Amino acid sequence: MVNFKNRDIISIHDFSKEDIMHILKTAKRFKAAPAPGLLKNKILASLFFEPSTRTRFSFESAMQRLGGSVITLADAKTSSSAKGESVADSIRIVEKYCDVIVMRHSIEGSARLAAEVSNNPIINGGDGANQHPTQTFLDLFSILETQGKLKGLNVAIVGDLKYGRTTHSLAYALGMFGSRLHFVSPVSLQMPNHVMHELKKMKAKFTIHQHPEKIMPKLDIFYATRIQKERFPDPVEYEKVKDVYIITNKLLTKVKKNFRILHPLPRVNEINYEVDTTPYAYYFQQANNGLYVREALLALTLGKI
Amino acid sequence: MKPLRTFKVYAIKNGTVIDHIPEGKGVEIIDLLRLRQWRKIVTVGIGFSSKKYGKKDIVKIENKELTAEEANKIAIIAPTATLNIIRNFERVSKQNVKLPEVIEGILKCPNPACITNHEPVTTKFFHDETGELHMRCWYCERYFKATDVEVM
Ligand SMILES: [Zn+2]
Repeated sequence: MVNFKNRDIISIHDFSKEDIMHILKTAKRFKAAPAPGLLKNKILASLFFEPSTRTRFSFESAMQRLGGSVITLADAKTSSSAKGESVADSIRIVEKYCDVIVMRHSIEGSARLAAEVSNNPIINGGDGANQHPTQTFLDLFSILETQGKLKGLNVAIVGDLKYGRTTHSLAYALGMFGSRLHFVSPVSLQMPNHVMHELKKMKAKFTIHQHPEKIMPKLDIFYATRIQKERFPDPVEYEKVKDVYIITNKLLTKVKKNFRILHPLPRVNEINYEVDTTPYAYYFQQANNGLYVREALLALTLGKI
Repeated sequence: MKPLRTFKVYAIKNGTVIDHIPEGKGVEIIDLLRLRQWRKIVTVGIGFSSKKYGKKDIVKIENKELTAEEANKIAIIAPTATLNIIRNFERVSKQNVKLPEVIEGILKCPNPACITNHEPVTTKFFHDETGELHMRCWYCERYFKATDVEVM
């Protein structure tokens, strides 16, 4: 039996397959049946040193739906961090007022440090370009929900693979579960070496592509991400590639029945609006699943389930 | 009459000899191991001839036996070094230094966005032998080549 009480949720690297399955099963329970009084008298401190609407709302809503309450930084600009207080000191103060902390901070490794100084569990809501584990769990939840398994799937991860932290963690997790990965990106935004290094170490199967068309018929999941213009040193190069990675109904003519499109949102123009009404669109359900995954993580780390 | 032997670095009776240090790293090793704090006599030899490496440095510490754990810290800047323990002018043990799996507090993370470069945190790196990317920072989780990671 996996015990999550007081455990920190910092990085996908800290979790085994069993751990992840336990989180996903717990989330499924919350999705099937709400548990309104479960976290009564528990307090979540929501510390977003960096602005985030969706992740923050999702966590705060999850806590309140389970009957707990939330204390929060009103405005990161006037908070102690803006006055130069260290992450470690901020956490030492805040932990006295709450039972669990969710934090987002632009500095990489800040959540790990917070976990080392705090006696209460820390949930990483994103530490710069490094980790955003709850996003990975909700991605995995949505894949499991739509495919019934995480092993042996064909998953395309598409777009900006160089800077997109969610793609790194997702690739790692799916590699661990034994799915085959197809990395589709412009050459200049390819999956970084260290991610491929990790995948090779665990003998995960992956291939690299620049265009998605040919692999569409074998895919189970198409995980799209944003390609930001600012990432290209040369705007001409951006103009050349931008349309290749836009999903339209035309691209979907030969896909399998169980095929689903995921996207961490917000989308800009990667997914044409016409796709929204196809049976393949799953990105809004995916975002909604974040709520159940975060309910599960709050209940598990507080030892209430 | 026996020919007079000129000692380049005199033999020590008891203590530690760190040999086969890459040329120029001898002094750095004294700082890295904080050898001054023991108030023992420390001799550095710089630019000795080495059959294997051409030139080498040697560090001798009198009346102090370094443990393998202490000596392994130097593997990051002196991977070829050997640790020799001397008792009564005799070498009683010799071993190669080996980079430990977890390296705490010696290295500086090359990632400017890493928390270890913003707050007083003891750095921690994991080291593995596979591939080119040897060193992983415990905090920012990035991988680096051993040669890209600086000693503090
Ligand atoms: Zn680092």
